[in-house]
Amino acid sequence: MSLTLEQVQRIAHLARIEISESEARTTQSHLNGIFQLIEQMQAVDTRGVEPMAHAQDVAQRLRDDAVTEADRRAAFQAVAPETEAGLYLVPKVIE
Amino acid sequence: MIDASLKQLSQALAAKRISSVELTQLFLDRIARLNPTLNAFVTVDPEKSLNSARAADARIASASGVKPAGQLTGIPIAQKDIFCAEGWRTTCGSKMLANFVSPYDATVIRKMESDAGLVSLGKTNMDEFAMGSSNETSYFGPVKNPWDPSRVPGGSSGGSAAAVAARLAPAATGTDTGGSIRQPAALCNLTGLKPTYGVVSRYGMIAFASSLDQGGPMAASAEDCALLLNVMAGFDERDSTSLDRPLEDYARDLEKPLAGLRIGLPREFFGEGCDAGVMAAVQAAIKEYEKLGATTIEVSLPNSHLSVPAYYVIAPAEASSNLSRFDGVRYGFRAEDYANLDDMYMKSRAQGFGAEVKRRILIGTYVLSHGYYDAYYLQAQRIRRLIADDFVAAFRQCDVIMGPTSPSTAFKLGEKAADPVQMYLSDIYTIAVNLAGLPGMSVPCGFAGGLPVGLQLIGNYFAEAQLLNVAHRFQLATDWHRRLPDGIE
Repeated sequence: MSLTLEQVQRIAHLARIEISESEARTTQSHLNGIFQLIEQMQAVDTRGVEPMAHAQDVAQRLRDDAVTEADRRAAFQAVAPETEAGLYLVPKVIE
Repeated sequence: MIDASLKQLSQALAAKRISSVELTQLFLDRIARLNPTLNAFVTVDPEKSLNSARAADARIASASGVKPAGQLTGIPIAQKDIFCAEGWRTTCGSKMLANFVSPYDATVIRKMESDAGLVSLGKTNMDEFAMGSSNETSYFGPVKNPWDPSRVPGGSSGGSAAAVAARLAPAATGTDTGGSIRQPAALCNLTGLKPTYGVVSRYGMIAFASSLDQGGPMAASAEDCALLLNVMAGFDERDSTSLDRPLEDYARDLEKPLAGLRIGLPREFFGEGCDAGVMAAVQAAIKEYEKLGATTIEVSLPNSHLSVPAYYVIAPAEASSNLSRFDGVRYGFRAEDYANLDDMYMKSRAQGFGAEVKRRILIGTYVLSHGYYDAYYLQAQRIRRLIADDFVAAFRQCDVIMGPTSPSTAFKLGEKAADPVQMYLSDIYTIAVNLAGLPGMSVPCGFAGGLPVGLQLIGNYFAEAQLLNVAHRFQLATDWHRRLPDGIE
């Protein structure tokens, strides 16, 4: 398989990464090289093999629905690009 | 002092032959002198380190039989810049986090500093978001290998490896998603351990591929690694995949004789694709193990050639999801000019991430997208199962598996930077271990063309103490791990 330039641009948009046409061309050639490596998987018959998502066969732990963390909003917002009155600021979304 | 083991440093501190402040200053001076050439550290904060050292000295001074100081209290350590440390800039090697000062500690940092009294010397350089095998993808520039500054130290924990190899620190932390502790350890003549998945908490360790990432120690010897793992390991309720198991003393079996040890040699690790000099050193190390009473048996990992392809689906898939948090809203880089919210995301991510990180996000986005999920992501997960099952079968015949850590010694800066696939193949022997979730080590076993060679040891699940024993006995019989690069004294 081989990715087209339009596919590369579409994936970049899905990933919310702006990409110029010249970057997309370089990326296309790199990704196609990588997918050539990945394609080796397709030759393997894996019918009946249980997919392995995780190294350990354990169930997710549950905990009580209780507040355990202290309020550290000021410390966490100190590293934000833009905040006001305890809120994160982003460009206007609704006119 | 720069040559002392952690045990010797611990004894010197307890006997008050040296203070933690003096020891910390000694390494800070070395960093000031040698780091401009090596670029192993991206952040040092001498005042912060010395404050921790003063606190450690106070702990040692007030220690008593009832309340002894920890064995590693007062010993300086370098921290890979993937671990969030409160008040420290934590960059993960990326422009995206170049100005991020962490508001909290990773569990590994808390255990090392607050619980054990280790002194952080600074944050070490790394491939951006741990994606790389040469440390060349760092926003802060490449790290030089102390054995030959025209060569890479390996990656992604390349700064940690170079720092310990040049004795800018007695030991360091690393993380390993596909070989990022073991491969740089091999290329810089260090001992490095990637524990069983779930043994070391991932809380506050910036996520790359969550089902594979695991933190571990990088140091001069197996004994040092054992003492560090004692401090790093343990259940953490803040990490949903942390394993709730009884605490272990990982140094308990260090001295056990190796008579009767069955070493499995996978025929796939001893075929083509490995440099002759590397292979010769590995074969010589196996002969040494036979002298120590071990026997060898050929085993097979028939699907190991599929580990790199499967990894480059699974790791990017998880990374594309994990790195979606970097959107320029709550922390990290935000582009200066943008037209609207979507444009802000697109420009912040385009300008904040480097080329390799973007490539992996794009691969991950593609393999998870509609119509491709089954062919790529599910197929990779099925192959992951086959790879893990191969190890289960092999461990029925042997106690430990051995082979090369890396197919070559340290390569030249720039040599593989233009070809992602060539770079990915540097991890051909290490990746399967992460997919299976097993513990693995790299141990210095000789030189080829004047450059260090690493022997990889792979153990069964939770066999860290045994691996450390197997490595330690080798280090009692050989002195490869004691060799230092020219000019380092």
